[in-house]
Amino acid sequence: MQTVYDQENLSRLIDRLSDDIGKSFSKDQPLNIVGIRTRGETLAERISRGLASRRFSQIGRGVLDITLYRDDLSEIGPKPVIHPTQLNIQIDARPMLLVDDVLFTGRTVRAALNELGDFGRPSVIRLAVLVDRGGRELPIQADFVALKLEPLARNLRVKVQFAEDDGRDGIVIEQIP
Amino acid sequence: MNWNRKHLLSLQELSADEIRHVLDTAAGFKEVSNRSVKKVPALRGRVVVNAFFEDSTRTRTSFQLAAQRLSADTIEFSEKGSSVSKGETLIDTARNIEAMGIDVIVIRHAAAGAADLLSRSVKCSVVNAGDGAHEHPTQGLLDLYTIRERFGKIEGLKVAIVGDIGNSRVARSNLWGLTKLGAEVILVGPPTLLSKSFESLGVRVVHDFDSVIGEVDVVNMLRVQFERIKSSQFPTVREFTHFFGLTQDRFARCKKDVFVMHPGPMNRGVEIQSQIADGPQSGILAQVANGLAVRMAVLYLVAGAKE
Repeated sequence: MQTVYDQENLSRLIDRLSDDIGKSFSKDQPLNIVGIRTRGETLAERISRGLASRRFSQIGRGVLDITLYRDDLSEIGPKPVIHPTQLNIQIDARPMLLVDDVLFTGRTVRAALNELGDFGRPSVIRLAVLVDRGGRELPIQADFVALKLEPLARNLRVKVQFAEDDGRDGIVIEQIP
Repeated sequence: MNWNRKHLLSLQELSADEIRHVLDTAAGFKEVSNRSVKKVPALRGRVVVNAFFEDSTRTRTSFQLAAQRLSADTIEFSEKGSSVSKGETLIDTARNIEAMGIDVIVIRHAAAGAADLLSRSVKCSVVNAGDGAHEHPTQGLLDLYTIRERFGKIEGLKVAIVGDIGNSRVARSNLWGLTKLGAEVILVGPPTLLSKSFESLGVRVVHDFDSVIGEVDVVNMLRVQFERIKSSQFPTVREFTHFFGLTQDRFARCKKDVFVMHPGPMNRGVEIQSQIADGPQSGILAQVANGLAVRMAVLYLVAGAKE
């Protein structure tokens, strides 16, 4: 197990990410920020706070659970518990920032886009991730990336940890057993 | 929690953790019914057969809708108008349906053990939607879900199941589920429809409804199953209502926040008074709504299980 980033550095990464995002959306227009469960939800919360401190005043918040939209349902075996998707916001004709912690194969994002399509039609959807670890299996790229790693071997896992979920902040690379 | 059951045949065979896992999964599915597009692609390309050898409104519709909301294709199969009336056996019928490429068979049958028998004869998943007087596991699960939703817990609650216990698969599924999750179960009914031998399953057996009316948190009123009752077991409808019906008078003696349930279809005025069934403490329509989420969870879990 190898810690890539610790607490202080993680805050700085998220701050820089919020800065990038802030520059490409307009402060006085509505912006929906939707996180993909579970770590994407926490990251979305942090980015929202970052944007609020940059005087974004019309932020809508949502959470996506993409489990039911996965394309590998029959292969994954033991399934995570399904949690509700929460999108009690107007998403039609408004820009949306989709947030996840790690971008790897792109399949999670594909599932999220499919699910969003069942809820409405945002004017534009941008993707923000904390870590891009390479290894894409679909033609999907993020618009905002805080940390881009050299493509990692498939037997390695990138784990983003947040104090809210894990008791500490950090980015860890570990061997999959 | 790893779910690896390909079939759902009874609550007796599930562990407390497995029951909780279904309830937690159902909680996630409940939200899907509030979306404008009430459909998720989880079981796209899978086929679910509703094989009902007994009449049903709620359960059948609920399973069909649950399968459709998961994007599965559904086939409705009834005994009437099928080759069963030509004398084909249950297993032959099922194997022939299965040969067309089926993933899940939902079966209701008048014979106890029919779902179990079927599960040992086919390769696809089998979900028991009621087998004789044995079990009706999804009804048990939706009752548990509804109670948990109302009280935030199940452990420590006192639940009375009242009426025609002997003929009731709902009572048996409830009994297993509730006791596994730590509730106290009191079975209430006339001696002809409720044998003392139920006590060996760890529940109280009471023949006097009034003696427990003030102490229970939930009353689950069962339907009097006129189609199954022999005349020797049951004097008159009026006498039954007098001793075991949930009347206004009895309701007034219940705990203030008592929760009233009924699996449907109701005999209004027999086991339950209309004002109570339609009143604010009734969970009857919540049971139906939750049944959909519970059945989505069950189909989703068994269809994805490896065995």
